[in-house]
Amino acid sequence: MSLLEIHNLTKYFGGVKAVDGVSFTVHQGEIAGLIGPNGAGKTTCFNLISGLLPPTGGAVTLLGEDLGGLAPYYRSRRGLARTFQNIQLFGGMTVLENILTGCHQRQEVGVLRALWPGGVVRRAEARARERALELLDLVGLAGKEDFPAEALAYGEQRRLEIARALAQEPRLLLLDEPAAGLNSRETEELMALLEALRDRGLTLFIIEHDMTLIMGLCHRVVVLDHGQVIAAGPPQEIRRNPLVIEAYLGREEEDGDL
Amino acid sequence: MSAYLLHLAIVGGIYIILAISLNLIIGYAGQVSLGHAAFYGIGAYISALTSLLWHFPFPLAALSAILFAGICGLLLGLPTLRLKEDYLAIVTLGFGVIVDMVFLNLEITGGPDGLPGIPKPSFLGFSFRSPGLYLFLTLLAVLLTLALTYRLVHSYHGRALRAIRDHEVTAQVMGINTPAYKVAIFTLAAALAGLAGSLYAHYITFINPESFGLHTSILILCMVVLGGMGSLLGAVVGALALTVLPELLRQFKAYQDLAYGALLIGLLIWRPQGLLGSGKLSLKFLERKG
Ligand SMILES: Nc1ncnc2c1ncn2[C@@H]1O[C@H](COP(=O)(O)OP(=O)(O)OP(=O)(O)O)[C@@H](O)[C@H]1O
Ligand SMILES: [Mg+2]
Repeated sequence: MSLLEIHNLTKYFGGVKAVDGVSFTVHQGEIAGLIGPNGAGKTTCFNLISGLLPPTGGAVTLLGEDLGGLAPYYRSRRGLARTFQNIQLFGGMTVLENILTGCHQRQEVGVLRALWPGGVVRRAEARARERALELLDLVGLAGKEDFPAEALAYGEQRRLEIARALAQEPRLLLLDEPAAGLNSRETEELMALLEALRDRGLTLFIIEHDMTLIMGLCHRVVVLDHGQVIAAGPPQEIRRNPLVIEAYLGREEEDGDL
Repeated sequence: MSAYLLHLAIVGGIYIILAISLNLIIGYAGQVSLGHAAFYGIGAYISALTSLLWHFPFPLAALSAILFAGICGLLLGLPTLRLKEDYLAIVTLGFGVIVDMVFLNLEITGGPDGLPGIPKPSFLGFSFRSPGLYLFLTLLAVLLTLALTYRLVHSYHGRALRAIRDHEVTAQVMGINTPAYKVAIFTLAAALAGLAGSLYAHYITFINPESFGLHTSILILCMVVLGGMGSLLGAVVGALALTVLPELLRQFKAYQDLAYGALLIGLLIWRPQGLLGSGKLSLKFLERKG
């Protein structure tokens, strides 16, 4: 069953066609990958899906519902969560508080119920804390709940960002280069975590340059180049696809890497 | 307590309410507001007018002041808070000036002469004529304000506000309805400033536009910045410090506005989080991206 459908999605920044008529589908329960050379439009795609940018054209649907025009906070309520390529934690908060911001929408009660004495808010907060601590444990940050988020090591910050996204109890989790800056051991831990999440029924959509991760985890991979889909399919096929090879090698030649 | 100290305590209490309310906007939600005294003035005039014209008892007059100031905050916040923060600084500044002009030019507000003869509160069989009793009333309002804001900022709402302050886009991605929060907190802050205005009007019993102009907005801003962004205790300390200090430095009164300006600039450079605060004054509205 399809969870996320992208139809003819387009985003122009002035003359730059960052995303240019992209269509694809992410199915429920799978790990899908989005790859492509630098500047291919991957992050822009995520920004369009999560509602941070208005598209120039095209549509994003989640479980058949058109998300067009919905603000990011409404998309979160419909089951969309994400992490950022350049980590975006709340610097003024502790590790636990960061995760708790992800619990926000589950905690909301009406103004009157909140003012009414009787601990509706307190109980919701206690539940959220419990859940946040579980998530910390899940991503291997147990015991660090009271650290300032900024004090964590880089790899830990990446995991905290994932935990915070999970606190939203999403259906679909968008990860923008989750392995960037991680060493190989950390990347392996990350892959194990992502697999565990998939086994729990979460659908994952991952942008990544690390091909070990993409090849090791993804059921299907979409390849972008210059804002357009140049290939889509199982990773083994993608790897042999001449267009994909050319897109990567061609770009490297420009950079003078070859 | 001497009459002078009582006076300072009452005025200090009113400033505490003002500083706490502005701190909600600036320190917690990270939005810049430069016209807070306008809501203070609106509260004072509404409370005074409802008492003078319709003989509202104090609680009802104060409630009218709270509601009216809150509605003004809502009406101002709704269109502006959805826009980028640079607009809020400019719009609130302009709003402060406009409200000041309205007080100065309307007949019903008494123009530059203001409104004399505002009755001292008397209700529930008590008359709050004596400064001692008025201090009690003021402290009650301060405590209520503190209790309400404490509960607010220590709940998930407070966390949502700090998330907005830290990184608004990420807060949205977390499912936090940032425009609704900003409008709500702006409305609440305006309503609390209205309460402070009501307390002021019925204490001084005479109001004119001078008390609610730009320099009062700057003074409240200084209290918040001095005491600390995003700290309730900081707002209390800042308010009390800037109530007492000017009294000690009476002979330099001519230089007061200059001193506040210098204080603000100095703090922003050397201690932007204030004495007890956590956040910094958002100066994003001054940044221009190319
Ligand atoms: N806000 C923006 N304004 C203008 N141009 C932008 C903006 N965001 C992205 N672009 C441009 O759009 C194109 C695609 O950028 P995008 O960040 O989506 O690439 P990417 O595939 O994520 O690259 P990378 O692998 O380096 O992260 C680039 O040419 C980039 O310069
Ligand atoms: Mg990117």
